[in-house]
Amino acid sequence: MDRRPRLAVWKFASCDGCQLSLLDCEDELLAVADALEIASFPEASSAVAAGPYDLSLVEGSITTAHDAERIREVRRQSRHLVTIGACATAGGVQALRNFASIGELVAAVYPSPQYIETLATSTPIAAHVAVDFELRGCPINKTQLLEVIGAFLAGRKPAVAAYSVCIECKRRGTVCVMVQGVPCLGPLTHAGCGALCPAYRRGCYGCYGPMETPNVPALAQRWQALGAPAKRFEHALRSFNAAAQGFQRE
Amino acid sequence: MSAGANAVIVRETLQGLLEALLAEGYRTLGPTLREDAIVYDDVTHVSELPAGWTDSQEAGHYHLQRREDDAWFGFNVGPHSWKRFLHPPLEPLWGARRNGDGFKITVPAPGPKLAFIGVRACELRAIAIQDRVFLGGRYSDDTYRARRISTFIVAVNCAQASGTCFCVSMGSGPKAAAGFDLSLTELLGADRATFLVEVGSEAGARMLQRIASRPPTEAELAAARAVLDRTAERMGRRLDTTRLRELLREQAEHPRWDGIAERCLACGNCTMVCPTCFCTSVEDHSSLEGTAAERVRAWDSCFTLDFSYLHGGSVRHSTRARYRHWLTHKLSYWIDQFGTGGCVGCGRCITWCPVGIDITEEATALRAPGRAKKQGDAS
Repeated sequence: MDRRPRLAVWKFASCDGCQLSLLDCEDELLAVADALEIASFPEASSAVAAGPYDLSLVEGSITTAHDAERIREVRRQSRHLVTIGACATAGGVQALRNFASIGELVAAVYPSPQYIETLATSTPIAAHVAVDFELRGCPINKTQLLEVIGAFLAGRKPAVAAYSVCIECKRRGTVCVMVQGVPCLGPLTHAGCGALCPAYRRGCYGCYGPMETPNVPALAQRWQALGAPAKRFEHALRSFNAAAQGFQRE
Repeated sequence: MSAGANAVIVRETLQGLLEALLAEGYRTLGPTLREDAIVYDDVTHVSELPAGWTDSQEAGHYHLQRREDDAWFGFNVGPHSWKRFLHPPLEPLWGARRNGDGFKITVPAPGPKLAFIGVRACELRAIAIQDRVFLGGRYSDDTYRARRISTFIVAVNCAQASGTCFCVSMGSGPKAAAGFDLSLTELLGADRATFLVEVGSEAGARMLQRIASRPPTEAELAAARAVLDRTAERMGRRLDTTRLRELLREQAEHPRWDGIAERCLACGNCTMVCPTCFCTSVEDHSSLEGTAAERVRAWDSCFTLDFSYLHGGSVRHSTRARYRHWLTHKLSYWIDQFGTGGCVGCGRCITWCPVGIDITEEATALRAPGRAKKQGDAS
């Protein structure tokens, strides 16, 4: 009998990019498949084995009543549930609807809006069921994904830090773009990407959502001083993690 | 020649020094242009130095500018410090591999010995402070020691001060006083640029013998003194340290801390750029197969929540408590702990703070009387 822990990968409202990060682990994929029984991963194989599962990786946000029901079933089938990516942990870019009227949006996009059944908001998985660990990013970083899986297998806590992108920038020796005049979301943003954009002389886009203690008003003021008005700052925050509590402007 | 002796070399002769160091197996590191800044990186030829460039620095601002002359060292300290080579941001401590019923431990091989070109007076003081932290106590750090004792240091006396410099207030500059093998003062003569060289150690004297030099003239010695006098007069910042150690102990409830917490991003940049901040966290990683593990030490910061996480939660939960801890440690109880101050007046925490919080301004404000402590006033 196969005694390996059983893995399932689930998709809700999302682009599939985060679950593809698992398939992108080319060098480590065989080790993953050796250590875990990949029981259900429709993106990789149509052979889907029934639950229960030891580890569920959940991608995507909840945007329909049907999905709100389905996530409860996923939770029931899963011993550990880990959300992967900005959609599953913060609602994703589709949570921009939370700041508008869903009726108006549906009418503007679809010629026959009467066929659309959707919730008024896009919400993270943790708003519906208990989540054991949330892995951030749009998309997630595959090294961090392997760290989470490795930690699960070893029964230890994942080494995934919640501090700012700035700490990753400084460790890699990148010169601060903001001090050189480029508005950057790094000081508000959760580490994890390895400080990718500043290494290419771009300000951080906030793909990993809010860091542990984001000071939004202080950074807003600095952006203004750098010639980026309040509206531009607000637009910068309203992307993949728009609905994350830590990116709100009060 | 012995320590304290002076000589003059033609500026281009510095290439001979680099080659002599490389021939002895040193990895030569020095200032060079990258990402619109002057950073410390591998430098094997003098053409890689930032000739003719300088920097303009203010709180939260750093910009490169062209100089009117072609000085090789006509700038101040930048985003990097030598800390990243002596106390690297990520350092694998050891690894382990399963081996039958047991496991085998492997320790990373040491890197090449290092030569630093262009270390400023404040940075020499910072290295001395980290020496005290890592080597001074009952337990010393072996990997730091191995790197440190084999490092060759070429100091450079600052010919200018930036907008955020305050080494004079901290008694650490602008003259390189101790802790170097050789020290240079760049003299931009009308016809030919030279360096006045000061010998700081026997190793420095031996290295100087391998390049062409001549004794200095009185005029050259006077010119070098004038360079340092001018720099000392042009400090961009000032910090009154009178009784500061004692005073800060009494200011734990000062309202100024609340004001700083409104501006502070708790991003950790100040601690990362500080040449004396030494804190790290240790992470363990394990392979998917469960056959290998690695322990890595990484720069950490007292501005992160996890840094003060003890059983059940973080001790310094508010940004106010974290900034207060950092400043008070740096300027006050570092002295109780290590017998020296923790600040060298390099100004990096001011320049590289994304919102321009200024330690000299905050320490000055904290001198003013605060409110009396209220009953039950929690941090």
